[in-house]
Amino acid sequence: MALTVTENTTNRSKIDSKKLALLIGCASIVMMFAGLTSAYIVRRAGGNWLEFRLPNIFFINTIVMLLSSVAIHSAYIFFKKGNEALYKGLLVLSFILGLAFVVLQYQGWLDLTAIGVELTGNPAGSFIYVISGVHAAHVLGGLAAILVAMIQAFSLKYKVTKKRKLRFELTLIYWHFVDFLWIYLLIFFLSQQ
Amino acid sequence: MAATTVSPVKDREDILIEEQGFDDHFHDHHHGDRFQSNFIMKYVFSMDHKIIAKQFLITGMFWGLIGAAMSVIFRLQLGFPEESLTWLKPLLGQWIVVNDAGIGTLAPEFYYALVTMHGTILVFFVLTAGLSGTFSNLLIPLQVGARDMASPMLNMLSYWFFFLSGVVMFASLFLSTGPFAGGWTAYPPLSELPQASSGSGAGMTMWTVSLVLFVVSVLLGGINYVTTVLNLRTKGMTMWRLPLTIWAFFVTAIIGILSFPVLASAFFLVMCDRGLGTSFFLSEIFIGGQALDNVGGSPILYQHLFWFLGHPEVYIIILPAMGLVSEVLSVHARKPIFGYKAMVYSILAIAFLAFIVWAHHMFMSGVNPFIANFFVLFTLIIAVPSAVKVFNWITTVYRGNIRFNSASMFAIGFVSMFISGGLTGIFLGNSAIDIQLHDTYFVVAHFHIVMGVAAFFGMFAGIYHWFPKMYGRFMNETIGKIHFWGTFVGAYAIFWPMHYLGLAGVPRRYYSFELFDAFAHFDNMNKFITVAAILVFLVQVLFVVNFFYSIFKGKLVTTKNPWGATTIEWTTPINPGHGNWPGKIPTVHRWAYDYGKDGKEFVSQIEPLAAGEVSDGEGAHH
Repeated sequence: MALTVTENTTNRSKIDSKKLALLIGCASIVMMFAGLTSAYIVRRAGGNWLEFRLPNIFFINTIVMLLSSVAIHSAYIFFKKGNEALYKGLLVLSFILGLAFVVLQYQGWLDLTAIGVELTGNPAGSFIYVISGVHAAHVLGGLAAILVAMIQAFSLKYKVTKKRKLRFELTLIYWHFVDFLWIYLLIFFLSQQ
Repeated sequence: MAATTVSPVKDREDILIEEQGFDDHFHDHHHGDRFQSNFIMKYVFSMDHKIIAKQFLITGMFWGLIGAAMSVIFRLQLGFPEESLTWLKPLLGQWIVVNDAGIGTLAPEFYYALVTMHGTILVFFVLTAGLSGTFSNLLIPLQVGARDMASPMLNMLSYWFFFLSGVVMFASLFLSTGPFAGGWTAYPPLSELPQASSGSGAGMTMWTVSLVLFVVSVLLGGINYVTTVLNLRTKGMTMWRLPLTIWAFFVTAIIGILSFPVLASAFFLVMCDRGLGTSFFLSEIFIGGQALDNVGGSPILYQHLFWFLGHPEVYIIILPAMGLVSEVLSVHARKPIFGYKAMVYSILAIAFLAFIVWAHHMFMSGVNPFIANFFVLFTLIIAVPSAVKVFNWITTVYRGNIRFNSASMFAIGFVSMFISGGLTGIFLGNSAIDIQLHDTYFVVAHFHIVMGVAAFFGMFAGIYHWFPKMYGRFMNETIGKIHFWGTFVGAYAIFWPMHYLGLAGVPRRYYSFELFDAFAHFDNMNKFITVAAILVFLVQVLFVVNFFYSIFKGKLVTTKNPWGATTIEWTTPINPGHGNWPGKIPTVHRWAYDYGKDGKEFVSQIEPLAAGEVSDGEGAHH
């Protein structure tokens, strides 16, 4: 039985499956925050809404988060270029900055309480605490990923392999994602004031 | 036909796969114990999609029986309120209250708990996890030509999160204060104030924990399904060559990924209100003459968030059933599916519309009537893609060479149920008519037929059709046909009369109608419905018996492709091992519906195109 082979290109692996899965996961996180922020809009339109200014610390926060993103991205570039020292140093820096973000976020909540906007009062305040809190939880998830990356960076012998590059990229994508998420939330809060 | 030894003679499919297949060197290296010998890794924490599919199915059947038994118990109360239920005391304990005369009645609080649990269990555990969890897992890798899911690990976790969610929900049934009893939609304030009802305390806490775990399970599963369909299709398997099952599972997973997180955020806010004292959904409530501190919340806000998932959830349930039915009808009518592309576009249209109709569940919740107009319009537009699908199913079987077996009969039954239930949806989608019909038995009849019974019919069609692929045996056809006729006639007997109850204004979720003279003449109708429900329940038990009996004693499958189907899961060995295909992965050359083409009964997807032949169902040939 002679069977002619027809031409057919393979469909597989245009983008790495793990990366695709992560991006889809990010889409579902986006939907979660879309749900929370639209609840904010709907509730605000209903009246009986406490108006207040966001504490300044939320802006300092944003800069810290952006710097952390820059640090991890540079770490990635140096990882590929073969500059081991800078790669490790910047990775640690991004972790410290990320941790600082969470600490500053907590300080921001204390500042809110200090001006009388409490978690259990008017939903206007509760929404800020809860939405930024859920975001901070996602940042902690990212910090765990960076921690794993750091442990590997310091325990394994430095080598640029496809697998390690992919791992780094996954951490990188998620970290940039929580960064952009925070910038979206900040712009959202400001636009609602 | 007793001999089942594997003959060394290769059939045409094997030769095609060998000559044209794609060699991914899958079998070059040993995959270790985790897929082969160890019992725990093979059957418990399995990472093989076929085993995970069976885990979802059997867990779903377990929950299906529990959920159905609950409905029988509350139907006994509705149909025979005077009869003694003392015989249920060993099972239900304190929830059967026995009076001085020795007559036992169901405690009203537990009636509500049963109704709530019935809804939660059937919607989430049976018709979401049990249906799309089972068939997405079983069929996506097999029908797109993949060794397994994109991430077998996440897939395993998806099942175990579902299992854990089930454990928490099951445990809540045994709380001394009872499980949550405020309805499966968990509207605040019932779901937020422990004082509201006995189930609103620990019962609701466990309900929320269980459902958050469930959302995690759905998301892990969905991410995997989408990634696998996009990334792991075999050579030649373009999107336009995918069977409709895969299109349905793919779109279902996308809907789940986009809507379940919103439900999670609603639950999160509920948890904050319950645990931290916030007031997202609570405002100005008096309980027992005491004013609560909570001010400024809005219970309507919860309804918006809930139904933003809740409505797409209906399509998460029905789309997989539609996909299964499309495939089963085409195979057993021995005809190509009519309007393949129209079927795909109507799935996409339904998925899109699913996200912009949620407020039709809230017409009577104080939604602005002008905004309601938009929701009426979009809701009624869903009738268009739905009608396209119904038309295509009917034209698919029209003048077909139909094999009447359990699978095809359930598929045809699905179409019947979907039409009956869909038509009453047009009544309910109108906000004006909804003033009369909302919260009556008309609504109960509508959604049970269109998404409950119909989805079950799709699931049964799928189980009877793919049972040979799952277990290498057939299910018993005679019992299957009894199962079909019992369920088909019985389901209409249960739900058809409810339309009359609803039109007369009989409200749903009431424990007793004793005090309503207007509804007194429905007593016999309620008895009739209850008797029908008991019979349908018994027929389902028969199905479960048939299922487990056939796993061990069913008629053996002797050929790889017993139904003469075109899709590639039937080119795997009768009992496919890890990796599905023993050698190369088959290459696909055509769409999935070449039945009765050029005088051949069916042409497998792996059959190369003849000179000048064009694969049907695709746009421009590429």
